[in-house]
This record gives sequence, structure tokens and C-alpha cells, in this order.
Amino acid sequence: MLIMRHELLLVLIAVILLVVEIFLPADRKHRIILPAILMFAAATVIGFLPGPTGTLFGGMYSTSAFTVLLKNILTTGVLIVLIQSVDWLKKPQHKEKISEYFLLIIATLIGMEYMISSGDFLMFYIGLELATIPIAALAAYERFEEKSAEAGVKLIFISALSSGILLYGLSMIYGTTGTLYFSEVVNGIDGSPLQILAFIFFFAGMAFKISLVPFHLWTADVYEGAPVNVTSYLSVISKGAAVFIFTIILYTVFAKIALMWRDVIYVIAILTMTLGNLFAIRQRNLKRFLAFSSIAQAGFILLGIIGQSQLGMTTVVYFVLVYIFSNLGAFGVVAIISNRTGKETIDDYDGLYRTNPKLSLTMMLALFSLAGIPPVAGFFGKFFLFTAAAKEGLYILVLIAVLNTIISLYYYLLVVKAMFLNRSDQPIAYFKSDAYSRLGLVLCIAGIVIVGFASPIYEMILRLSFGIY
Amino acid sequence: MNILLLFIIIPILTIIGILFSKGQKQTRLIAAIGMGFQLIAAGVLIYLFLAERSAGNTAEMLFNSNWVWYESLNIRFNIGVDGISVAMIGLTSIVIFAGIFASWEVDDLPREFFTSLILLSSGVFGFFISLDLFTMFLFYEIAVIPMYLLIGIWGSGPREYSAMKLTLMLMGGSALIVPGLLGLYFYSNPAGGPLTFDILEIAKVNIPIEAQRLFFPMLFVGFGVLGALFPFHTWSPDGHASAPTAVSMLHAGVLMKLGGYGCFRVAVFLLPEAAHEMAWIFLILTTISVIYGALGAIWQKDLKYINAYSSVSHCGLVLFAILMFNETAMNGAIMQMISHGIMTALFFALIGMIYGRTHTRYIDEMGGLMKVIPFLGVAYVIGGLASLGLPGFSGFVAEMTIFVGAFQHADTFHRVATIIAASSIVATAVYILRVVGILLLGKINNEHYEHLTDAKWYEKLSTGVLIFGITAIGLAPLWLSDMINNGLGPIIKKLMMAGPIN
Repeated sequence: MLIMRHELLLVLIAVILLVVEIFLPADRKHRIILPAILMFAAATVIGFLPGPTGTLFGGMYSTSAFTVLLKNILTTGVLIVLIQSVDWLKKPQHKEKISEYFLLIIATLIGMEYMISSGDFLMFYIGLELATIPIAALAAYERFEEKSAEAGVKLIFISALSSGILLYGLSMIYGTTGTLYFSEVVNGIDGSPLQILAFIFFFAGMAFKISLVPFHLWTADVYEGAPVNVTSYLSVISKGAAVFIFTIILYTVFAKIALMWRDVIYVIAILTMTLGNLFAIRQRNLKRFLAFSSIAQAGFILLGIIGQSQLGMTTVVYFVLVYIFSNLGAFGVVAIISNRTGKETIDDYDGLYRTNPKLSLTMMLALFSLAGIPPVAGFFGKFFLFTAAAKEGLYILVLIAVLNTIISLYYYLLVVKAMFLNRSDQPIAYFKSDAYSRLGLVLCIAGIVIVGFASPIYEMILRLSFGIY
Repeated sequence: MNILLLFIIIPILTIIGILFSKGQKQTRLIAAIGMGFQLIAAGVLIYLFLAERSAGNTAEMLFNSNWVWYESLNIRFNIGVDGISVAMIGLTSIVIFAGIFASWEVDDLPREFFTSLILLSSGVFGFFISLDLFTMFLFYEIAVIPMYLLIGIWGSGPREYSAMKLTLMLMGGSALIVPGLLGLYFYSNPAGGPLTFDILEIAKVNIPIEAQRLFFPMLFVGFGVLGALFPFHTWSPDGHASAPTAVSMLHAGVLMKLGGYGCFRVAVFLLPEAAHEMAWIFLILTTISVIYGALGAIWQKDLKYINAYSSVSHCGLVLFAILMFNETAMNGAIMQMISHGIMTALFFALIGMIYGRTHTRYIDEMGGLMKVIPFLGVAYVIGGLASLGLPGFSGFVAEMTIFVGAFQHADTFHRVATIIAASSIVATAVYILRVVGILLLGKINNEHYEHLTDAKWYEKLSTGVLIFGITAIGLAPLWLSDMINNGLGPIIKKLMMAGPIN
């Protein structure tokens, strides 16, 4: 029981929400928000408490200190997302489906946690599906908005396609090794042509989920169409979970053919960073802008994965942690402004600092963290990723990556320029954001500032990731 | 407590104070008090350092403290100073102090202005006291980024363009530095023990020559961008011309020195073999910098552009001297950094003050200003004379040392390079005297100028501090050059092991 405590707690919350939802009168549906968030916060805190580790179902499901850490990182991120969405959920047109939002988010989170804890490909696949399909419903949450509905449909098609490809790859692995258990597949991996084909399918399927170039084409449209808070969930939590399990499987199951996937990742990393960055420069809509920036960030993460060592695993997890706080900070600001004024383009942000200084400063810190500028955490995250790649002697790759951070700095500075340098005739007027949004942003800023300076966090990840590699 | 920590703590306290201040007057007062303490701390540091040295402490770095930060990566917060860094800290304190008074009249978002300015200076201080490459790089980037806001918000002319260009080019430099630093890190312990970012530890290791050939150009060019190495200097004229007064001062005076300092402390010191091998390439580039900057200054009509190009020339001379690999020339390089730092800060301060009165920076539109603003005029002449290397001022000491050192190389290549570089002094004289002639002497060509007022007390304080610095070095250079020599010892020794030096 306790081994599965993360998932079971979430299931419990989901059931409670479902039951309460039935008994709430229609005009009081919004009252569910605070209890739901409190319950989720309690679950987050409980997740950090020490508990037993072990395997269940004959090895299909396993919990270690490391998977607990990954789950806690994701849960913390989701908590921030939930807090940030309150302001938006309170809009009158969402009155009737507030608890659905929580249910869907929690369902996907359960899927991600199963995925991370999976000990065989079947469990992994079920978790993956559970983590993707509800998101499509979330993307279409504002179903009367054309773009939102479009985003939902696009996401479901892409998910189905990528899952199909992935599944095809898994079937080949089963065909060649005769098993689906990670621990047994490892022994059967010998680099035969069919297995390499299987690996390519697996890789492509995961690349869709992480939105690596050339499998990224859905990202910008879906990110733009979906409601801001769903976009931030999609770009941070969903991507983070996929990165975690992708790294774990590469490092454990496919460790033997590392020489083959290293070159693939080398090329894909360069493509992803460069194309993501170059497309981001052209964007005027902030959601599309952040979509492409998140594609580029995924490219940087590959640099850590290519490290293929304990250092690599640690830096990837550390970077995702930093990325969660930074990106949620940026999306948080975009969400607040979008909810209050409906403005979403960079030009709308002209002169924002003079009317809303605190929001602008938060945005600047978050963007600097994404760009990797000290003293905020993004600098440490990026630098350590580069360290992992340099450890393998890939100095040229590091150089290309750092040059890419300069490109990214350019477009992040464009937003800073709009907020701080430009003057506008009609700036976004001063407004006071609600307590939830502010709490969400404060949490993000705390994360952005503290995670970098507090080396114990990094050391803890390093210690726990020991078992994986 | 380690006295060096003061150089991080005082700026942070000052920034906190500024955040709680209200209005322009309070803000600038707090900034001035904070940076005043900083100046005093720098004075105390110089005194303690000299006392320690004369008491016979021969450790390479004094006031050393070493805290573990990221244990598994062996990243440390390791601080300590030798004579060179002490001199640079002194320079920074003087320039930032003068800079606060030069921006006494900033009224648009004063809190943000002084916060960014002091944040920048804290990055510079941190850079100079760091002995760990990781923290050194961290502070380096902290020093570069506030620049964007400072130029973009408070600048003039094409400020957005200049700010973006400057930031991206400097970050481009640091893009080269990152793989270089990681290379040093992973080669820092060939025996297989824990790796380290510690400069002094890496200096004990002999990095294989193939690796040096890869990383030396990255590091030298990377830092060289900030030191306005040709052809990566183009950010400098635009950036300096658009920046507000205090930022130009700090940038040309101190930030460009980070480049030179990084070049010799990291690139040349840690990768000496490759430095010997590749010096000729960079020597050609720096020679071009020196002469090109000086000739460029002659053609300009905008006071700030003149001074920016002259900075390219002077900073080129710093890198030029570093590449000579002998004690005299390198000593001159450090002297030149200090001397040019103060001198150019003085120039930019004066240009800002003159601009504040005449509302133009084009020399053609001004004339005869000496009659109406004699204090600023005389200060300008003093700066000019120091810049063209008149004995008695700091410029003479520095340039003389550099060229004497450079001429010790007997081969034709070095001789020719030295002669070309030395001829820049003539060009310098041309543009300085030309400006002084047009700007200050002659008839007043605009009746509005007859009612200009001379320097106010804060302007006098700002320029006075800087002029004091120039003359102090010019008249008594020995204490400074002794201090520098002290720090150069280990670097020269390392270079000697790598190859013959003159």
C-alpha cells in the first residue's frame, strides 16, 4: 500500500472530488476550488515524507528513493499550476466544469507517476496514455473557442499517432527479446537491426511527447490554442515527466546500444535547439513564443542525457526542476495578464514596468532563468548540463549549445525590452492580481532564486540518482 | 571575517537600502554612502595588503578563504587577492564612486538606475576576488547583464540597438568561455583525483598541448571580446556612445578590464604552451586594434565616439602587452588597465557634464568652452594629456613600460608590431589636441554657451577623485608597479616553463 502512496493519494482526492461534485448545487460549484487545492497541497507535503520503497506486481511497478524524488518534483509543479489557475477558473463561463479541471489534471498526474514507477513497458505504456489523453480534453477546455477546440483535436491526433509509433516499437522489442520487463529486456538487447528499428520507433514516439525537432510541429499550435494554464501544464509538467522516463529508459534499458543513440541525440539536440530558437525569434504571441522556447529548452536537456552517466541523470533532473519554476513563472505572468486584459502579444507588454513593476520583475527573472543568466537558477541548470556533455568530450556540442543560449537570450531580451524600454500610448493599466496568482508567482520566484544557490538540492538529486545509472 | 567579503556585502546592503529609499535624493544619498564605504574598504584593503607583504607574507594569494559550494562538482567559493587584483579592486572602487556622483542628476527611475549600477559593480568585484573559475564566470555574467537595462532605459541615441548589440556580443564572448572553462575543469586532474575549478590548482597541472590548442583560442577570444579585441570590438563604440555617463565610465573604465584580466589570469596563465604558439595571431589582431582605434578616433566628431575608439586603442594595447610574455610588458599591461580605467572614466564623466550643459556632443558645434567652464575644461586637458602619455601622468608610465617591454623582443615580427603600435601615440596626440583645440579654445561660437555654469560640487568631487588617481600613479608609480610585480611572479614563472621569454 504505502509503496504506491503517491498514486493512491491522488486517486483518493479524485474520488472525493467526484463525489463532492455530485452533491454541490450548481451555483456553488466554485466552492470546490479551495478544498481541492488544500487537499492537493496536503498530498504534496505527504509525498515528501519518508516511506517504504520496493516493487509490486512482480516487478511491474517499483518505487525507489529516486522515483519518489521525481514524483515530488512533478507534484510540486502541479501544485503551482493549480494555484495559478484559480483566477482563470473563477471566470463565469467555467462555473460548471471546475472540478473537471482538477480531475483531469490529477488523472494525468497519476498516469505520469505510474509511468515513472513502471518496471515494464506495458505499465509504462498505460501510464503514458493516462498522462496524455486527458490533456487533450484539457486543451479543449474552453470548447466554444475555436482555437481551443482545434488544439484539443490536434493534440489527440498527434498523441494517437505517436503512441501508435511507440507501441509498434515496443512490439518489436517484445518480439526480439521475448519480454517486456525492463530488467530482462536489458539482457536481450544486442543491437540487432530489428532492435535498432524498434529503438527508432520508441525514440520517435517519445520525441513527439517531448517535442523534439523534427517531431515538434504540433507544439506551437496546441500551445497557442489551449488555455494558458493548460499550456503551462503541458509545457512543464507533461514534458518534464516524459523527459524523466525517457532518460531512465535510455540509461537502463538501452544502455548497451548507447553508442548508437548517442549520435542520434547529438544531431537531434543541435536541430532542436537551433530550430526552436530561430522560430522563437519570429513569434509575437507570447504563448507561441514560450512554446518555441520550450522546444529549445528540450534541446538543451538532451545535452544532459547525452552525458550518459550519473552526472547526466542528475543534471537532467536538476534542470527540469529549475525549468519547472522558471517556465511556470513566465506562464504565470502571461496567464494573469491574459485573464485580466486578454492581451497576449509581446507588443501589448510595452511599458509594462511603469504600470505593473512587480509582474515585470517576475517575468524578467523567469526569462533570465530560462536564458541561463546568473544569479538565478537557470544559470546553474544550464551550466551543469554543459558539464555533463563536456565530460564526454563533446566540447563542440557545448559550444553550439552556448551559442544557442545567445540566440535565446536575444528573444528573451525582446520581451524584457518591451516591458522595460519601450513606451506605449496604451500600456496595460495597473491592476492588483488576486492572492492565488500572487502566491503562485512567489513560489516560482522562491524556486528560481533558491534552487541555484542551495547546493544541497543538487547533491540530494545526485545521491538519489545513484541507483539509476 | 575576510575583508574581501566586504566587497560583496557592501553592494548588497546598499542595494537593499536603495530598495527602501524614496525619491531621487534619498536614493542617490544611499548609493553615495554605500560606495563611499566601498572606497574606504578598498583603501584599507590596499593598506593591509601592503602591510602583509612587507611583513614577509609571500603566499601567492592573500586573504584567502575557501568554502565548498557544490561538493560533488568541487565548485568552491574561493576568494583571495594578489597585487594585481588589489589594484583592480582599487580602480573599480574609484570609478564607481565617481560614477555615482556623475549620475547625481538621474531623475528617471533613480532607484532602478542605482540598483543596476551597483549590481554591476558587485559583479566586477566578485570577478576580481574569485579564484574559482565557476564563481569567476558567474560574477562575470552578473556584471554584463545589468548593462542591457542601463543602456536601454537611460541611454541616448540608438539606445535599444546599442544595448542589444553590446549584450549579445559580450554574451557571445562568454559563449566561447564556457567550453573553455569546462575544458580546463576536465583536464584539471590528469591523475584521476577530484576535478577542480581552482585557478591555482589548475596552474600546477600540465594540460596536454592538443587540448591547449583547442581551449586557448576560445578563452582568449572569449575574454578578448570584452577587452575590445579586433574584430570583436564593434560593440564598444556604439555601446559607449549610447550609454548614460556613469555606465560609460564604469564600462570603459572597469568592465573592459575584465577582459584583459581574464585573458592573462585564465587564458595565458593556465594554457601557457598554446599561448606561446598562438601569440602571433593575436598579436597581429591587437596591433590592428591599437592603431585602428586611434585612427578611428581621429575621424569621429562625436565626443563619446572619439573616446570609445580611443578606448579600443588603449585596451588593445593592454592585450598587446600581455602577449609579449615578459615581466616589463605585462607589468605595463596592468598599469595601462588601471591608468586607462581612471582616465577614460574621467573623459566620459566630463563628456557627460559638458553634454548636460551644451546638449550636443558634436565637437563642431562647440567652441571656446574653456572661457565659460574653466574647471571642466582644465580637467579635460588633464585627461587628454594623460591619454597621450605626457610624463607626470599615469598614461606615460604605463605606455612607456609596455613599449620598453615589447622592444625587448629582438625578432623582426615583434619589433615591427611594436613600432606600429607605438605610432598610435602620435595618432592619439592628433585626436586629443584636435578636440581640445576645437572644443575648448578659440571663440565661443554659440551665444547660448556664454551663460553656462561651471561644475557643481558633486561634479567637482567626481572629477577630482579621478584626477587624483591619474596624478598619483603618474608621480609615484613605484608602489603600484611593485604591487603588480608581486602578483606577476607566478604567471611569469609558469610562462617560462612553457617556453623562452625575453
